[in-house]
Amino acid sequence: MPLRLRAAIVSLVLLAVFLGAWHLATRSTGTAASMSPEYARLMGLTATQGKSAMPGPLDVGAKLWEHLKRPFYDNGPNDKGLGIQLAYSIGRVGLGYLIAVVVAIPLGFLIGMSPLISKALDPFIQVLKPISPLAWMPLALYTIKDSSVSAIFVIFICSVWPMLLNTAFGVAGVRKEWINVARTLEVGTVRRAFTVILPAAAPTILTGMRISIGIAWLVIVAAEMLVGGTGIGYFVWNEWNNLSITNVIIAILLIGIVGMLLDQVLARITRLVTFPE
Amino acid sequence: MGRSMSTFDDPFDADRELTRSACVCGRHRSTAEHEHAERVLRCEPVAVSEEQRYEGVVASAVMRAVFPQDAARRAFLKSVGASTALAALSQFFPLKSATEAFADAGPPEKKDLKVGFIPITCATPIIMAAPLGFYARQGLNVEVVKTAGWAVIRDKTINKEYDAAHMLAPMPIAISLGLGANAIPFTVPAIENINGQGITLAIKHKDKRDPKDWKGMKFAIPFDYSMHNYLLRYYLAEHGLDPDTDVQLRSVPPPEMVANLRADNIDGFLAPDNICQRAIYDGVGFLHILSKEIWDGHPCCSFAASREFITTAPNSFAALTRAIVDATGHAAKAENRKQIAEAIAPANYINAPVTVLEQVLTGTYADGLGGVKTDARRVDFDPFPWQSFAVWMLTQMKRWGQIKGDVDYKAVAEQVYLATDTRKVMAEMGLTPPATSYKSFAVMGKTFDPEKPDDYLAGFKIRKSS
Repeated sequence: MPLRLRAAIVSLVLLAVFLGAWHLATRSTGTAASMSPEYARLMGLTATQGKSAMPGPLDVGAKLWEHLKRPFYDNGPNDKGLGIQLAYSIGRVGLGYLIAVVVAIPLGFLIGMSPLISKALDPFIQVLKPISPLAWMPLALYTIKDSSVSAIFVIFICSVWPMLLNTAFGVAGVRKEWINVARTLEVGTVRRAFTVILPAAAPTILTGMRISIGIAWLVIVAAEMLVGGTGIGYFVWNEWNNLSITNVIIAILLIGIVGMLLDQVLARITRLVTFPE
Repeated sequence: MGRSMSTFDDPFDADRELTRSACVCGRHRSTAEHEHAERVLRCEPVAVSEEQRYEGVVASAVMRAVFPQDAARRAFLKSVGASTALAALSQFFPLKSATEAFADAGPPEKKDLKVGFIPITCATPIIMAAPLGFYARQGLNVEVVKTAGWAVIRDKTINKEYDAAHMLAPMPIAISLGLGANAIPFTVPAIENINGQGITLAIKHKDKRDPKDWKGMKFAIPFDYSMHNYLLRYYLAEHGLDPDTDVQLRSVPPPEMVANLRADNIDGFLAPDNICQRAIYDGVGFLHILSKEIWDGHPCCSFAASREFITTAPNSFAALTRAIVDATGHAAKAENRKQIAEAIAPANYINAPVTVLEQVLTGTYADGLGGVKTDARRVDFDPFPWQSFAVWMLTQMKRWGQIKGDVDYKAVAEQVYLATDTRKVMAEMGLTPPATSYKSFAVMGKTFDPEKPDDYLAGFKIRKSS
């Protein structure tokens, strides 16, 4: 049996064990303390039937099917389908991420090509890099005065660092021989940057971009939970408000899948630009 | 303490004087009637529809103009009867069109408005005004936007993302004074709800009903500048506990309260409803007391807008206020509560089980210990922004060290709580608002006199030493 097939079988077994354990752990424990029917009518299932506060895999599956059947419904500003919510989140991430690309890559080139700028900017980057993106949120809301722009700003600020550092590292690490050859052939700085350095540094730059998209997707959920309105993060918050753990689990699942897809897209692109030495 | 907006003047009542001066509050024909109204707590409205009410206002004005002498008007009414009088009046005065012109005073400068809310039953009038058409009736297209927390709703309103918003009653005062934010003049044209909070404890504390045994416990409140905070502190202090040293108070967003209670991170909370009822519904807590047992008729949440919004869009603001006052009046009636619970339960609004909202709004609820209780005034709705409410909150802000130094109680109260403007709006709508803006009330048996806030404050033994 080839390795891939065996791995797939093990994966499926693990999934089945997990779902089974989940199902057993969340079964009803039978009827709880006796109570008058009039009282029971006013209480939730957790209290009346000893139903676990955690939904089982069947509850989640049924609910997920409901969501998948109508992903784009719109019941007003505070209740939209999961498809619409995901689109909002991906849109925000895309915009913040694009701005970060536009800023980080040229700046990274500059840092990588000039040891002076690299040394001068280093202390700032070192201080700004470890700041949790969400710590920027109150400041952003306060100064930008717009919650959706603030969310995009937070995406920008969190995804800019890995790209910046990787670009600088990749550019600085281009083999000296290649640059020297270009110099001997009297290639101008700009042309050198595009025809020699960029292709040489591309794999490193794309690794930085791949790290960044992962971080951006992590952060958008938290940012949307904070500012609310739209997006998958808002959906999590809204369902949490209703203590609907079923919907929260569904959202977690979708966040994972979308994050994986985003990562895969960049992994593909990385493979395209990788060259054998 | 009669209900401010439920009484309607009928200018065609021969026994009624148009200039009202017969009782203390000026809304009843005699002191006896005033006292009766106080006993039943509310006078049920006479007229039903809004149109009839506006017609009443216009007709009343016309009657006054035609018969400046009260005696002459009464004699006229007695001899011909009210309906004949109305018909006769309509002959030479187009009451219908006058009423229409009156009802839509000045077109709103801005029709598409955004109003932020926190998903709790306190926001009932703000929320229900959308699905039940109260905004539309004022010619407004209002989008009610659910918001994640009090700090966010404050920032979004200050940033003008929202034109107006649902805020905790003390928040506009805190914002205007620059507590916890830059000082920006904010106003309260209407109180959202009165009562409507409760102290919920974890089930394991069901035998610890005496607050004296609560030393060392952890309680959650929704926000520092909230009636919840002040009422819980007041309650604890009255039972001899210093809320700053004997217990832990934490600001926790309402949905996290139930989760934290389940996880045993807190021992209880003083929360807005539906959160209390939700904890009971999920079997994690029981209701220790309703906040109305601390102070019956206390304000809870407010409808707030910045002063800038009022100056830039006065007609929109007036229309919003009318919509909120109308919605509040609708919510005040017990017979409407079930329908309201269904209207505001969906995911687009509060997003909670209908049973939970129904228990809160109708006042027939499970107490979490196996009993079913009934209290029709568990949450109630009365829009009039009493300035004495603001003065009381200021005394508590001072008491717990949120305000340091002296404060001009009345100046702040009058700046923020727009009793005068709301009275005018309510009178134009044909409602009968209270004649004064200050009233005395009792909190846990201790009478508060808005004229002597400093004496009141000095009367508390437990307070933050500063």
